[in-house]
Amino acid sequence: MTRGDVTRGHETWGDVTRGDVTRGHVSNAAHRAAEQAARQSYGKLVAWLAARSRDVAAAEDALSDAFASALATWPAQGVPLEPEAWLLAAARRRLIDMARRRRTRETAASRLLLSLEEAVTEAAASGGIPDHRLRLMFACAHPAIDPAMRSPLMLQTVLGLEAATIAVVFLVPSATMGQRLVRAKRRIHDAGIPFRLPEPEDLPARLDSVLEAIYAAFAAGWADPAGLDQRRQGLAEEALWLGRVLAELLPDEPEVLGLLALMLHASARAVARRDGAGGYVPLSAQDPARWDAAAIDEAEALLLRASAQRRIGRFQLEAAVQSAHAARRRTGFTDWTAIGELYDGLLTLTGSPVVAVNRAVALAETAGAAAGLAVLDGLAGDASLAAYQPYWAARADLLTRLDRRDAADAAYARALTLETDPAARRFLAARQARLTQG
Amino acid sequence: MEYMLLVYSDEQDTATMPPAERDQWIGAFMAYTQALKDADVLRGSNRLRPTSAATTVRLTGGKTQTLDGPFAETREQLGGYYLIDVPDLDAALSWAARCPGTQRGAIEVRPVWAM
Repeated sequence: MTRGDVTRGHETWGDVTRGDVTRGHVSNAAHRAAEQAARQSYGKLVAWLAARSRDVAAAEDALSDAFASALATWPAQGVPLEPEAWLLAAARRRLIDMARRRRTRETAASRLLLSLEEAVTEAAASGGIPDHRLRLMFACAHPAIDPAMRSPLMLQTVLGLEAATIAVVFLVPSATMGQRLVRAKRRIHDAGIPFRLPEPEDLPARLDSVLEAIYAAFAAGWADPAGLDQRRQGLAEEALWLGRVLAELLPDEPEVLGLLALMLHASARAVARRDGAGGYVPLSAQDPARWDAAAIDEAEALLLRASAQRRIGRFQLEAAVQSAHAARRRTGFTDWTAIGELYDGLLTLTGSPVVAVNRAVALAETAGAAAGLAVLDGLAGDASLAAYQPYWAARADLLTRLDRRDAADAAYARALTLETDPAARRFLAARQARLTQG
Repeated sequence: MEYMLLVYSDEQDTATMPPAERDQWIGAFMAYTQALKDADVLRGSNRLRPTSAATTVRLTGGKTQTLDGPFAETREQLGGYYLIDVPDLDAALSWAARCPGTQRGAIEVRPVWAM
């Protein structure tokens, strides 16, 4: 329940997604590509250095200035032919400079330089820099790391995001997030958290916490549906990218593909969930022509690849629900029976009250509002739903359909107190007002 | 890396065990200790007498204060330890998970500060 759920009920503010980030210009696309290249090389180098020393903070320190100048110069001058070599050379120059200025051998800079030189020599001998980002991800999502810090750690170490950016997204003061990140990195070092792939028998559970962390980052980026905060906007994109890195490194893990498919399906509707006036558009009212066809196609292909492995899991099922919604673009209708069955499967698998709410909403479409409401009534005792907006919005909608206006009015009022997004609030308030109009 | 596996359990619970059960309990620890030796990871281990035998000493206002009893009254008490040398936390956690102590208490895994 604590996990943000981006695939909440259909008539609720359910698929509200991050604000439309229009980067139509070619120069912006080139800028983004250069930034991604810089982050990719940086992440690889941090992972590689940290896997040797188990010291993430030192790896970041060694590369931080070089990374900053890559972010500043690559977009304008283009990505160098060998981006990792460029970063390493820049890091070396910078550290030599710093060590000289301090004029002592025992500065932090000369220690960092020494370990950098060692690593470079070793890499040259073994034929290049290996990609250890997967090991880094497993270290960040290790059971010995506070679950709340796993996403922030991954975003910082694998993608090079700043603590201030991450802090905004996770609703924590910047200084606090900075301290927590420092502490978590120290813990990786001091507790001896390994930088290696888990044993086969541990892999499913460990992979799960990596997937959870990526999804939490995605959901956190999603939680700014109006796109009001510039710094939050890119986060869903960054999480999507982490998902891509993971899918590239573990191409045969069906849940990895399922998570990527799920995030792509959600992203595909980013534009369609707002109308021209910035008003909220529920999934059922969205124009499929405004969905991103390329993203949907990619998601579908991933899901197909995942299902070929014949190992079902939570993320594949959630992606399949989104796939069933996306099918409306071809068929013109929503197959609620199929969606209900997928939610049955998800509920068996997860026992999550959030899934139970979504299942009730799907049931209302096939068996009627009264049947859906009966299921919601059965969930009323679950304390975790008391502050869960989609539960109250779904109740309000079903009560409205049953013409139980007073109860519907109260449920809308409750949903409104739990909703902070202005567009979603306007939508709920308009629905509530309609109760008294006719 | 060296790790201390600190074995915590309710000493009342172990003190009141029926003899047959206690023999089995001690046997399980002996087998575990042997497994650690066989894997060549054991650097030391001891079973501690109950906290009723503990004495706590501290310096207060320049004077040594001696109190009978443990440092802290807790529901579960430190009853013994294993010092092991393994490559990383995962290896330490996997040994901790196999310790019989997990069945009647908990194992705290602490890395040793390398000097």
